[in-house]
Amino acid sequence: MIREFGLIDVMYLIAAARWTLALTATAFIGASLIGIVIAIARILPFAPLRWLSAAYIHIVQGTPLLVWLFVIFFGLPLVGISVNPWLAAATAFSVYGSAFLGEIWRGALVSIAKTQWEAGASLGLSLGEQLRYVIIPQSIRVAIPPTVGFLVQLIKNTSLAAVIGFVELTREGQLTAAGTYKPFAVYITVAAIYFAMCFPLSQWSRSIERKLDVAR
Amino acid sequence: MSLVEIHGINKSYGSVQVLKDVSLDIAKGEVVAVIGRSGSGKSTMLRCINGLEPVQAGVIRVDGTQVNDPRTNLRKLRQEVGIVFQSFNLFPHLSVCDNITLAPRVVKKQAPQAAREVAREVLARVGLEDKLDAYPAQLSGGQQQRVAIARSLAMRPKLMLFDEVTSALDPELTGEVLKVLESVASEGMTMILVTHEMGFARRFGSRVVFMHEGRIHEQGPAAAVLAEPKTPELQTFLSAVLH
Repeated sequence: MIREFGLIDVMYLIAAARWTLALTATAFIGASLIGIVIAIARILPFAPLRWLSAAYIHIVQGTPLLVWLFVIFFGLPLVGISVNPWLAAATAFSVYGSAFLGEIWRGALVSIAKTQWEAGASLGLSLGEQLRYVIIPQSIRVAIPPTVGFLVQLIKNTSLAAVIGFVELTREGQLTAAGTYKPFAVYITVAAIYFAMCFPLSQWSRSIERKLDVAR
Repeated sequence: MSLVEIHGINKSYGSVQVLKDVSLDIAKGEVVAVIGRSGSGKSTMLRCINGLEPVQAGVIRVDGTQVNDPRTNLRKLRQEVGIVFQSFNLFPHLSVCDNITLAPRVVKKQAPQAAREVAREVLARVGLEDKLDAYPAQLSGGQQQRVAIARSLAMRPKLMLFDEVTSALDPELTGEVLKVLESVASEGMTMILVTHEMGFARRFGSRVVFMHEGRIHEQGPAAAVLAEPKTPELQTFLSAVLH
């Protein structure tokens, strides 16, 4: 039976957007935890660590996110590991995000002059202490704008989770469109909700970029 | 026993040999000025002494500890050897106080309050006690360099290395830094300075070492070497810098 597309559907879409945000937040945290390890491994003077982390980044960035979603959601059950859509999506997005954040943060870390490392080393700080007290605090200001930019990408990309049946904003839109047969109105609404989530973040990113620039 | 012993060190960057069989002994309390053209290897030699640059051959010892031995705890060595750089290299995200107290707190495990007291004391020695809570960007180049010297002093080193510490400063700012160097020297600190300040070398250097093409070309008591250079290379160098 075809029903009308009404306010109640909009409310459902907004409710589903919570799952988009929840997936984004979970993936962002997961990606951050792996990403910081990758970024640091990429800059330490231990060649095997650098190669491993570089390989990780190349493999993840050189393969489509959609394929990772399929591998984890459809592939893992074949080897006896059952995953629900939420877990599959959270894992795939964490892995995907970690490669990008790893690269962004590596760039921020190497943007700090070598002389800062030397100054720390000359005072007797260990490599870890140089990172923690000297390099990372200075690289944060460099890292914030592109990190927020990536977060915006992540919000939009979580729509891919719809293909494995994870009901977030896009999947809810698909269901609503099927039920109301008003795809144009539904997807415009979906787009508007994505925009409402992403636009403030982009603006925020710009404003901190400006602020950090002034403080320099 | 010498505080610093350098025996036959060689160092190359790729095919370019920057230090060729350099040997130098420095006694406790000596103030050694290392002079020479840029590219003569003087800064590189200085950076080898605290292990910032590895050497390919030879031995460097500071206070009996071999610097270029992989088993040496460089972290421990560097607490005894301070270095001040041409470009100051203060930590821009930290206040003057935190710049000075970071290593004492983290490396020497000093209590924050005690470390702050030390910061106050060393800042007073460089004449900047009122800048304790300023940030590096709020200071002039000369002040930043004096803070960098204070930061080094706060570790109570036995030896201090100065790598062209006035070269990045405007002429009117070099005086205040040289004055601090003089007072550190007069307190008996063992100092090795790579410098272009011939006047300072003459007045406060116990010895002048002239480097040329990666070797120690001529050395001796500061006044004598600068007044009567023996080798034509040093004569040429001095006549070039003294005009």
